[in-house]
Amino acid sequence: MSRPKPKSFQSLILTLHEYWSSKGCIILQPHDVEVGAGTLHPATVLRALGPKPWNAAYVQPSRRPGDGRYGENPNRLQHYYQYQVILKPNPADMQDLYLGSLEAIGLDLRTHDIRFVEDDWENPTVGAWGLGWEVWCDGMEVSQYTYFQQVGGLDVSPVAGELTYGLERLAMYVFNVDNVYDLPFNDPDSPLGATTYGDVFLENERQQSQANFHGYDVAVLKGQFEDMERQVPLMLARDYQGKSLVLPAYDMVLKASHLFNLMNARGAIAVAERASYIGRIRDLCKMCASEWVKQQEAA
Amino acid sequence: MPQLLLELFSEEIPARMQAGAARDLERMAREHLAAAGFLPEALKTFAGPRRLTLVVEGLPIAQADRKEELKGPRVGAPPQAMEGFLRKAGLTQDQLVERDRVWMAFIEKTGRATPEIIAEMVEAIVRGFPWPKSMTWGSGKLRWVRPLKSILCVFDREIVPFSIDGVVSGDSSEGHRFMRAGPGWGGQAFKARDFDDYAKGLADHFVVLDVEERKARILEGCKTLCFARNLELVEDQGLLDEVAGLAEWPSPVLGDMDPAFLDLPAEVIRTSMRTHQKYFAVRDPATGGLAPHFITIANIQAADGGKVIAEGNAKVLSSRLSDARFFWDEDVKVGFEAWLAKLDGVTFHAKLGTMAQRVERIVALAGEIAPLVGADVGKAKEAARLAKADLTSEMVGEFPELQGIMGGYYARAAGMDPEIADAIRDHYRPQGPGDAVPTAPVTVAVALADKLDTLVGFFAIDEKPTGSKDPFALRRAALGVIRTILEAKKKVNIRFLAVEHAKLLLGSDYLAVSGKINALMVFLEDRLSVLLRDEGNKHDVISAAFATIDTTAFFLDDLVARVEALDGFLKTDDGKTLMAGYKRASNILKAEEKKGWKAEGPRGLLDDASAPEVALSDALRMVEPALDAALAAEDFTAAMQELAGLRGPVDAFLDGVFVNSEVPAERDNRLKTLAAVRDAMGRVADFGLVAG
Repeated sequence: MSRPKPKSFQSLILTLHEYWSSKGCIILQPHDVEVGAGTLHPATVLRALGPKPWNAAYVQPSRRPGDGRYGENPNRLQHYYQYQVILKPNPADMQDLYLGSLEAIGLDLRTHDIRFVEDDWENPTVGAWGLGWEVWCDGMEVSQYTYFQQVGGLDVSPVAGELTYGLERLAMYVFNVDNVYDLPFNDPDSPLGATTYGDVFLENERQQSQANFHGYDVAVLKGQFEDMERQVPLMLARDYQGKSLVLPAYDMVLKASHLFNLMNARGAIAVAERASYIGRIRDLCKMCASEWVKQQEAA
Repeated sequence: MPQLLLELFSEEIPARMQAGAARDLERMAREHLAAAGFLPEALKTFAGPRRLTLVVEGLPIAQADRKEELKGPRVGAPPQAMEGFLRKAGLTQDQLVERDRVWMAFIEKTGRATPEIIAEMVEAIVRGFPWPKSMTWGSGKLRWVRPLKSILCVFDREIVPFSIDGVVSGDSSEGHRFMRAGPGWGGQAFKARDFDDYAKGLADHFVVLDVEERKARILEGCKTLCFARNLELVEDQGLLDEVAGLAEWPSPVLGDMDPAFLDLPAEVIRTSMRTHQKYFAVRDPATGGLAPHFITIANIQAADGGKVIAEGNAKVLSSRLSDARFFWDEDVKVGFEAWLAKLDGVTFHAKLGTMAQRVERIVALAGEIAPLVGADVGKAKEAARLAKADLTSEMVGEFPELQGIMGGYYARAAGMDPEIADAIRDHYRPQGPGDAVPTAPVTVAVALADKLDTLVGFFAIDEKPTGSKDPFALRRAALGVIRTILEAKKKVNIRFLAVEHAKLLLGSDYLAVSGKINALMVFLEDRLSVLLRDEGNKHDVISAAFATIDTTAFFLDDLVARVEALDGFLKTDDGKTLMAGYKRASNILKAEEKKGWKAEGPRGLLDDASAPEVALSDALRMVEPALDAALAAEDFTAAMQELAGLRGPVDAFLDGVFVNSEVPAERDNRLKTLAAVRDAMGRVADFGLVAG
């Protein structure tokens, strides 16, 4: 029935896909706009809102420009993968479903020490918060588990349960690897030959780190941020088949958020300005959230 | 008598909320049962990672029947009154009885069955439970700390039937999340009809119900592991409380740490273990230093004896300590001056400027205080300048609780004067009532400057603590100032320092700041009074001694000396008798003053004065100047001894002299004499405030 224990990064992902697919999730692909976390994919932020049920799982590349380390840190990356599961309404046995996924990727639950440790999640840029835990496996945080209570400043009802797995960290633990760049990306017996995570991503980390910290032109970033900021209300004011263009508008919010992260990594945002930028993004996000809920409730 | 057992089973309850939840459950159950007229023989609650449990012994199966008498309208009252009464009582008029021209209703209330009352109680508890944070889940509206999964509720071995938003009561619970007899994992259901069943069911399914038992199990397990390796556990009550709330079957596992990390400061290793990983540290009894191991409290007894758990945790710790080592290396490279430059960009408080500005103020203040506490001015100012630098270091960014401690290490690593390094390390002390106060002079100067700047600053912008709200921990700072000065046994005029500091801080003159500083002095006096009471001094004696302080100066040691001297005096025979005399004298004076008498003109001695009058007058003439001299020298014990000299003459006067003489001049002079006694005593303390 189930796959053999995964041996590589890619088969870990495939195992999770197969597992969550068998539990009724739509398996989505990543959103094609840069985001800082899997939560920001419209499949989570927007679909968490409104009355309709929704189950989905996907991998989301996540960009944290400030975490760039030029490929020299064994754990820290400016581009990494999150595995994201959203279940709405959260099923009563969601904890057991989650634990089943750990078992599926090869963790024996009578040998490893799994704990649910209080961790209340919030993301001020999208006006979201929830209660839940970080999940520890032998003292290492392997997932974030949250019951969303609010998104975009609106109550989430029914409640959506969210699971986020840090894929690289989880894989390093499962495969007993100390440096992320040594992770087996594919099956070592593959006809292509053994390929590591470093073979795929090391050069990208080097170049992107340099760009994040020194490469981008701050004035250009600032201009782009302001462009996006102007686009959001424009999109929301457009009318197409009796609805505003909330989905494109939300993409503009994501772009603004990423541009903010880039400016921040460049050291172009003074401490005093930070809060105001975050507030601006949150306001844009709230506009989209309320518009989305209105469309969902009308549908 | 029948027993009630209730279990509210949920997903993992935050460890920090469990003890409070057990208390709230107990309180709410007691209140509800008392309101129903029940007085249980015993009531106990338990809280753990997934369950809140209540057991009540000795409840009757129903409330007692009650007879109620209701007084209705008078005979012949308007019909509306009668209608209203009948509606309220649920009766018809033929069921009423006339008594003394008033309609009476006699209602027999049958006591309700206990299960009905329990069902209502549980619903009220669940819906009204005061969790610090609660949530909804799924499609429901019910709120609990995390999703509520099931309710076990049995009374007298029968299920109490009810349902709360779809959660149906029953006699079934669930064991450990992972552990079970036989292969596989997952919670197994078991049934319980009373507490004995329940306790057995939990034990059979790997759950330790009582938090005290979980703690004992953890400590015992840790000590066994240590004993086998000749190690010693570094006990940590706060950590024990927390980990006891994270596992239903707590199982200590000892893991290894790379000994190369032992060159990091012990505080760094312990903080990393405690805050990030919730591990206990262990020490080597031979050296007293940390040993290269740790103990984690797992939630399972692992199939392999904990080998995988130990290895996994060791790996996580190793990467945490590598980070710490990286922070240490970076910090040593960067150093104090670069950190200080960054303090410019750190806001201390919107109205009190940046940390860099605060440092400037502390430097100035430390320079003022240093000579008063016997510290080298140059060293005190340099230590104050460096004391806050570590706030922008990497290590303190990661572990804020290591502020000061890291600065001390880095100062030593940079080869600074040990007095300065110690002052940087200890200037936050005392951090609580149990923490030792600094005693090294340079440290005392910086510690006082740090806390006084905080106190003066927040009082200057009118951010005073109110009720239970003290967001800037000003009470702790005040107590720190008080304890430090008292322990140093130095004369420090806090009011003078505070006024000068407030002028500097606000850039304004004495008039603008004196009101704010007076408020601060009252606050300090209040804190001192609390401290003295905690040390066993009587409230009234403290108030009496504080009533006469000189408000232009504020010397803590004077205040304490006054309390001690007064307390000592009031315990002597002289003191007790004089106190009684004082009361009599002031009662007489109060009565006469009410009638309009006032002391006008000098007190004299009439020619035909009686012996006791002469004696008291002489005594006062002797005592008054001596008292002034003692008070000027701040020798309160001597002042009390002078007062003791009044005891005999006052006694003799009150017993032998009729104050309200019919001769007006006599009366006036005798009252003046008593007023003089009251005034003399009043210079030392307000004896009127002493109770009893």
